Amino acid sequence: MTAAARERIGLWRKLLRLNWPLMLLIAAIACFGFLMLYSVAGGSMQPWAARQMTRFGAGLVLMLIVGMIDIRVFRALSPLVYLGALGLLVAVEFIGQTAQGAQRWIDLGPLQLQPSELMKIALVMALAHYYAWLDRERVSHPLWMLPPVAIIAVPVLLVLQQPDLGTAGMLALGGAMVMFLAGVSWWYFATALAGLVATVYSVLVSRGTDWQILKDYQYRRIDTFLDPANDPLGAGYHITQSKIAMGSGGLEGRGFMQGTQSRLNFLPEKHTDFIFTTLAEEFGFLGSVSLLALYVLVVAFGFASMLQNRDRYGALLTGGLTATFFLFFAINMAMVTGLIPVVGVPLPLVSYGGSAMLVLLLAFGLIQSAHVHRR
Amino acid sequence: MRLFRRAKPRPDPRPRREGEAPEGRPMTRRALVLLGVQLGVGAALALRLRQLQIVEAERYRLLAEENRINLRLIPPERGEIFDRAGKPLAVNRQNYRVVVVREQAGDIDEMLDRLGLIIDLPERQRSRVSREMRQKAAFVPVLAAEHLEWGEFAALNANLPALPGVQPEVGLSRHYPDGKLTAHSIGYVGRVSERELEDQETPDPVLQVPDFQIGKTGIERALEGELRGKAGALRIEVNAMGRVIREIDRDGGTPGRDFHLTLDLGLQAALSERLEGESAGVVVMDVTNGDLLAAVSNPSYDPNLFVRGISTKDWNRLLNDKYRPLANKWASGMYPPGSTFKMMVALAAREAGVASPSETVYCPGHMELGNRRFHCWRRGGHGRMHMRQALEQSCDVYYYEMAKRLGIDRFAPMARRFGLGSGFELPIPALKGGLIPDREWRKRTYDESWQTGDSLNAAIGQGFVLATPLQLAVMTARLASGRAVVPRLIRAEGGIPLTAPEPEPLGLDPEALALVRGGMFDVVNGSRGTARRSRIADEAALMAGKTGTSQVRNISPAERAAGITRNEDLPWERRDHALFVCYAPYEEPKYAVSVVVEHGGGGSTAAAPIARDVMLRALYGEEIPLRAYPDGQRPERPPPTPAPRPEPAAGGSGIRT
Repeated sequence: MTAAARERIGLWRKLLRLNWPLMLLIAAIACFGFLMLYSVAGGSMQPWAARQMTRFGAGLVLMLIVGMIDIRVFRALSPLVYLGALGLLVAVEFIGQTAQGAQRWIDLGPLQLQPSELMKIALVMALAHYYAWLDRERVSHPLWMLPPVAIIAVPVLLVLQQPDLGTAGMLALGGAMVMFLAGVSWWYFATALAGLVATVYSVLVSRGTDWQILKDYQYRRIDTFLDPANDPLGAGYHITQSKIAMGSGGLEGRGFMQGTQSRLNFLPEKHTDFIFTTLAEEFGFLGSVSLLALYVLVVAFGFASMLQNRDRYGALLTGGLTATFFLFFAINMAMVTGLIPVVGVPLPLVSYGGSAMLVLLLAFGLIQSAHVHRR
Repeated sequence: MRLFRRAKPRPDPRPRREGEAPEGRPMTRRALVLLGVQLGVGAALALRLRQLQIVEAERYRLLAEENRINLRLIPPERGEIFDRAGKPLAVNRQNYRVVVVREQAGDIDEMLDRLGLIIDLPERQRSRVSREMRQKAAFVPVLAAEHLEWGEFAALNANLPALPGVQPEVGLSRHYPDGKLTAHSIGYVGRVSERELEDQETPDPVLQVPDFQIGKTGIERALEGELRGKAGALRIEVNAMGRVIREIDRDGGTPGRDFHLTLDLGLQAALSERLEGESAGVVVMDVTNGDLLAAVSNPSYDPNLFVRGISTKDWNRLLNDKYRPLANKWASGMYPPGSTFKMMVALAAREAGVASPSETVYCPGHMELGNRRFHCWRRGGHGRMHMRQALEQSCDVYYYEMAKRLGIDRFAPMARRFGLGSGFELPIPALKGGLIPDREWRKRTYDESWQTGDSLNAAIGQGFVLATPLQLAVMTARLASGRAVVPRLIRAEGGIPLTAPEPEPLGLDPEALALVRGGMFDVVNGSRGTARRSRIADEAALMAGKTGTSQVRNISPAERAAGITRNEDLPWERRDHALFVCYAPYEEPKYAVSVVVEHGGGGSTAAAPIARDVMLRALYGEEIPLRAYPDGQRPERPPPTPAPRPEPAAGGSGIRT
């Protein structure tokens, strides 16, 4: 299929070429979200479910529009989008609103924009753009490694500044996965992994010595993560209560709107980061694994779409965004099940929040665009 | 490893990689690796969910229930205690109190200002309330004041609309309407102490309820299990803040059982009044069934002080009083019974056949035993005395002689048959059993052998012999009835009368018993009786009794040479104890009375008049006819002070040199 041929594809054909299974999966996951938001509000559309539905509807339209636009437009725009997102990240330092001690969003009237969310897409776009442009022979050349590392490091450092460890980690990991897909040598990843392990090890070993790397309170957080029962009413409280809620759900759950842990406010952030806990409590193992399966299917369809695409930019974009989506739910679920420390990462498409919902659907729009306009 | 090598950057141009179509899909392998890793993570998450929700589900379900459900105990209503006529002795009174709730109060200081206008709110209490309100969660009620007067409480209720956040409450607290009259029997309740919690293996959870009160002394303590009842429980659902969401279910619990005592509050009051100024223990007993009609220890204290938490000042005042108001003298005061013990020796002598009723013993005023001299209370001696006369005049030498003939091991068992030397089953924790010594006891306790002199002392109720007023009353009741009367304090439990078993006959020789009773009759009614002045003149209610004066000090030979120091010249705490036991009517005994006046001087002067007055009150009620008094008129009451007594001791006074 030549470029000229692609241009002639009509809007109707484009709609048919959309990745419909992916659309259905997204809608199904969002429906889980509406249900849970209805439940945690005590059986009410207010204050969360109704607004979440409106946002989802708007986001869906946005996704379709983005999906209809030729992928080459986005490829061309990629550097600009990245620079724009970077500019917003800098701007948020100065004019940002503060939430829970971290500067996160810019108030744009009807929309509260979190530049760090936007950056999750922009970073993938920039890296895909770079590797689509770069001669494949040079991908692992040390010199040509510098630009992508810089592209990743600058926003990561800016987000760490906020400070938002979860998002920074996601950006770094998402960027690394694009580089991996682009074919960067295993050695770099092996070295980076070894370096990470060494750093963690020295951080732990340095505790109590003269050259202690972290502050005492940071070590206490690590302790709390490792053994939440140690501090059941302090920082470990959330994770302990979360585990109690999930475990008490059992196989079949306690029934829709019957979860005592969430209804009686034992759960923290039950409509945002910890919404999965309520789901697990009310729908049990069957419910929680069903949602997990839907997420994994999204990832599988994402990679399938990537493998069908011979356009390097489109394929890298699809792979990178799919990997970012994976990071969202994997980090969130690992966090609420107590596998990793609590970092502020919402459950994609389910947690209440306008910015994340919009950014996610924008990302799926790009994936659709790459799919529709694949070669 | 193949994968690894392949991805390695190569410096020079090389042929295109295998598996890579010219226009092909360059990233297939990498994408599959990444997908594989991500599927692996997904599987790990699924396993983690299985671990939490299937493997450990039961444990977490339990934890969730513990989170959710709070058990709140409803303290049971404590059983009440009444006298034999149903007059209240210990009741639950409504305790009017005020609690304040921060979340409804608005400004705390303003609310307390307004509250202070209506009820008395001292500065210290106010600052405590203010502090507690700020510390506790907004919805937790804080106790602002309790034990309010009805007037204050009514005013508070009328002004409620102007007092947001103020909630009047009615609780229950223990009250003793005539507390002082029965304090030593009833005891009192108080807050549960840490030790009381630790002492119990599985403490009743209701003990942990703040402000819950349990019996500390007396019946309140002895019958705690029956009086307390069983706590109800309220299962409530709470949220993470502890706020109550709803009531799940409620179990009302069981109220404690009520008790009716054998005590007669009217008699108790008359007796207390009669004992004003004395340090004494008195017991009035029904000789037919053992009912304790009155049991008084004087002076007394107000048990209500303890219910609200006694002040240090009051506590020290009670503790430092030399009359020991807190001690239960009628049940746990152990005194040498003095001459009131002589009936035991007389009965033992008759039963053993060591003396005939008509056989006389010559009393020169003392008895020689080895190089020791045992004195009679009458220095000049009584001359020839037979058994009945020796009781009437309380001749010590006669009983020294009997003791010599019997030996301790033959008259101690007689005393035990009359209830001396051991306790009774009464709901009085402080109850003491007294002491009746014998050879074996002395060996065991002091590793010394028993001396004849010890028997002589014991025969006149001195030396090692100790008895409580209750035991003396039981002894007297058994003398009067010839049956093994057992003291009884509980008449009905939970409204159901308890039936006392018919007392068993003691199996005594009727003639011996008649002889001893006759001697006791003479003590009160005989021409030379030691308690003549306290007789009852009414022919239908003639009284029999025995005086006793027991020494609390040794008299040295020097003192004796200089003439025995008169009681009234001694400091109070060194004076003799005055005792009197009696029963009436002589022909058909109804009541037995024992009186011990600590350091009262002589039994005939200090104890007998009290016993007579109490006996009259028990026999005739409040209206005592004039014919009951010997001279046809009521005697003047002695002044209500332990002031020096007009005459020296007339009762038996055993003397150890």
